[in-house]
Amino acid sequence: MSPLDTISTSRRAFLTGAGALMIGVTLPMKTRAQGAASDVASHAYNAFVRVGTDNLVTVIVKHIEFGQGPWTGLATLVADEMDAAWGQIRAEHAPADNDRYTNKVSGGMQITGGSTAMADSFLLMRKAGAAAKSMLVSAAADAWGVPAGEISVERGIISHAGSGQSATFGTFAEAAATLDVPQEPSLKTPDQFIYIGKGVPKLDTASKSNGAAIFTLDVYKDDMLTAVVEHASVFGATVASFDDTMAREVSGVADVKQLSSGVAVFGANTFAALKGRKLLDVSWEMSAAETRTSDEIMAERVTAVQSRGAVAGEAGNVDVALSEAVTTLEAEYTFPYLVHAPMEPLDAVIARREDGGIDAWLGSQAPGFDQQAVAAVTGVELEKVHIHTMLAGGSFGRRAQPMSQFAAEAAEVFMAAGGERPVKLMWTREDDVRGGFYRPVTAHKMRGGLDADGNIVAWDHVMAGQSFLYNTPFESMMIQNGVDAGLVEGGSAIPYAVPNFNASCHILNCPVTTLWWRSVGHTHTGYTVETFIDELLAKGGKDVVEGRLALMGEHQRLAATLRRVAEMADWGRSLPEGHALGVASVESFRSYVSEIAEVSIEDGMPRVHKVWCAVDCGIAVNPEIIKAQMEGGIGYGLGAVLFNELQLGSGGEVVQSNFHDYRSLRISEMPEVETSIIASQEAPTGVGEPGTPPIGPAVANAVRQLTGEPVRHLPMIKSLKA
Amino acid sequence: MKVTLNVNNQDRAVDVDPDTPLLWVLRDELRLTGTKFGCGIAQCGACTVHVNGRPRRACVTPIASLEGAAVTTVEGLEGETAQAVQDAWAEFDTPQCGYCQSGQVMTAAALLSVNPAPTDKEIDESFAGNICRCATYVRIRKAVKAAGKKLEG
Repeated sequence: MSPLDTISTSRRAFLTGAGALMIGVTLPMKTRAQGAASDVASHAYNAFVRVGTDNLVTVIVKHIEFGQGPWTGLATLVADEMDAAWGQIRAEHAPADNDRYTNKVSGGMQITGGSTAMADSFLLMRKAGAAAKSMLVSAAADAWGVPAGEISVERGIISHAGSGQSATFGTFAEAAATLDVPQEPSLKTPDQFIYIGKGVPKLDTASKSNGAAIFTLDVYKDDMLTAVVEHASVFGATVASFDDTMAREVSGVADVKQLSSGVAVFGANTFAALKGRKLLDVSWEMSAAETRTSDEIMAERVTAVQSRGAVAGEAGNVDVALSEAVTTLEAEYTFPYLVHAPMEPLDAVIARREDGGIDAWLGSQAPGFDQQAVAAVTGVELEKVHIHTMLAGGSFGRRAQPMSQFAAEAAEVFMAAGGERPVKLMWTREDDVRGGFYRPVTAHKMRGGLDADGNIVAWDHVMAGQSFLYNTPFESMMIQNGVDAGLVEGGSAIPYAVPNFNASCHILNCPVTTLWWRSVGHTHTGYTVETFIDELLAKGGKDVVEGRLALMGEHQRLAATLRRVAEMADWGRSLPEGHALGVASVESFRSYVSEIAEVSIEDGMPRVHKVWCAVDCGIAVNPEIIKAQMEGGIGYGLGAVLFNELQLGSGGEVVQSNFHDYRSLRISEMPEVETSIIASQEAPTGVGEPGTPPIGPAVANAVRQLTGEPVRHLPMIKSLKA
Repeated sequence: MKVTLNVNNQDRAVDVDPDTPLLWVLRDELRLTGTKFGCGIAQCGACTVHVNGRPRRACVTPIASLEGAAVTTVEGLEGETAQAVQDAWAEFDTPQCGYCQSGQVMTAAALLSVNPAPTDKEIDESFAGNICRCATYVRIRKAVKAAGKKLEG
């Protein structure tokens, strides 16, 4: 059970009592899937499935689709249990409702994160589909006067062999909607699955290949203003005064207003707003500003890790073991701030409804939180704030803000414009890169000890970083006894049996805003643990694959991925001159991934030729989506470890601003990727994040073999080319 | 400033600030929203359109430079090459978040229209200006090759 489940006993009781299907819920009939604009009657069978008289089945997905595949994945579950034809399936985002659309894996609120969509929805959505099928069958049985048990359903066709009758779902859509929703519909056994594990074409591919897919930026309303906000370039600075004379002279600039976060320029069109913003002259109040450089912030963390912090995990006596070890190894690691930089910078459209309520369109990762923030800023009661979760151009964690700062800014902008005209708030790439909510800077110190036979007998790991969960609803569940679970995950426990173990952390906060970044703590703990174990094994004279396997006693699912990937890469084979293989295995978000990278050095930097990847994520609902997520997670992680560092320069000013100085991995730098999925009947787990952690250490471990030097300071371009 | 240009085979007249990038004319004035904003400085390629048949970053192309030009956006992409590209994009389920894919598709169509059998190096060069933060590059490469094969028959 997730710790947040304990927050509200009443909520937990409600969830338990109501079962998986929310009975008697009336869903808004006006909401439609993209590309499924039909005016036919559509009937809500439960909170997750609607069947229309046009024979379309709409699956309501409570997890946002920004590339990881929940629309297709969750619709697959419904379609399979319904025995629908895949072609009749549509998907749409659920409205904001922390109760009805709660994520029980991620703490009892409506949130997409922690790679939980499939884990949270696997049984829920199958039950929804099975219930809908059962109701359609009952309606057909009533109409045909035959026993429901004699009716079969195949690929969207309901039929009764005895009487030769058959019909589509649409035929009985209305009649079925009047029936009781079965509480515990019988579910298929795995051998009966028609789509799960087989794969279906993604629902959003066509619209994302022809320009038809509608993102938040594509929402236009009559009489809409577009706003851009000038933010401080130093964290913690606030507006002291501003001169907008020049900005207001720009044709199309409608207004300029001060906000709590900066100064908003409103344009009749986007270009006017952008042009006006350039001409603003803002003076900033600096008394609460963070004026240190990122190097100074890092130095504070490096100093901190010289001594042990709050204990996150321990076994045996690491100090004694280190003092008695025959060989020891000590290493310091540093990890920079990282920007998520999703392709679509943050944006939102807010409009007033006729009843005084609010419509908000945005790529909301936590619609319940965003709804509360918009309600608070606009003064409109919660029930009258309608969040329309949009397809979003990536996120990687950026759109899940526990305190909904972006949604609040959008609402503030809307109110500053008068609270009546629709307003689109658009962040530019510069706003995105300079706007904080970064992967925090962290420092690590590792000490390891080997006995005379090269066995690892001691492991001491000290971490220091910022917590982004202080003063958020997650604080009580995530931060306990000075340990932030999001900082130490992957480091507080390791998959290797080491008799004397200690992991501890220092939380050092500062005004630079930080946030979870694809795979969260594993972005740095995966790197430290997997490069350090590799060094220790090598130092002890062990093969780094066999050596890992020998220590993975209780972690056999992870071990299976390592064995598989070693076979795929033909570990131990002779390689082309100047090439080396590096390996890493990381369990994250309840999924298990091992990767091997084939690397050479070109112009002082690693060139990754190929990556082999083996993943165990339980039942593989859609194998191609899993493979695509491994490819994407590898590319995302590789670009960051090779190139990325967000720096604060003199006076705390952010140095980088756009893709020219905050490089993204490009196609020529993307390795070939071969992924194998471990066959499993375990409950499915996530794939959005787990592909990312192993790639950095796998590459670093190969580089160490090629150069003889470990890479302990990221990005690699800084440590290898400096 | 009044500018007349041809967009997706239709003559369109717009009256905007002459410095306005084509991107914002397409989106704000013509409501062709398939062309995306990603960086504003010709670094990411999300705004790739065809101007007189060749790929161009709409975010840095002033409208004043386009009097009489023929612009094709993803919405107006048609013909054998376009179909082959979009079919291949479907075959490999290439998009993830999808936000950069209009630009990727436009780049693919422009490449294949002059070179239906690109090498890996030629693909790298053509797509060097198109960032995909989801890193769908593996599938983009496969899809471009598959579309090219189909075009070559």
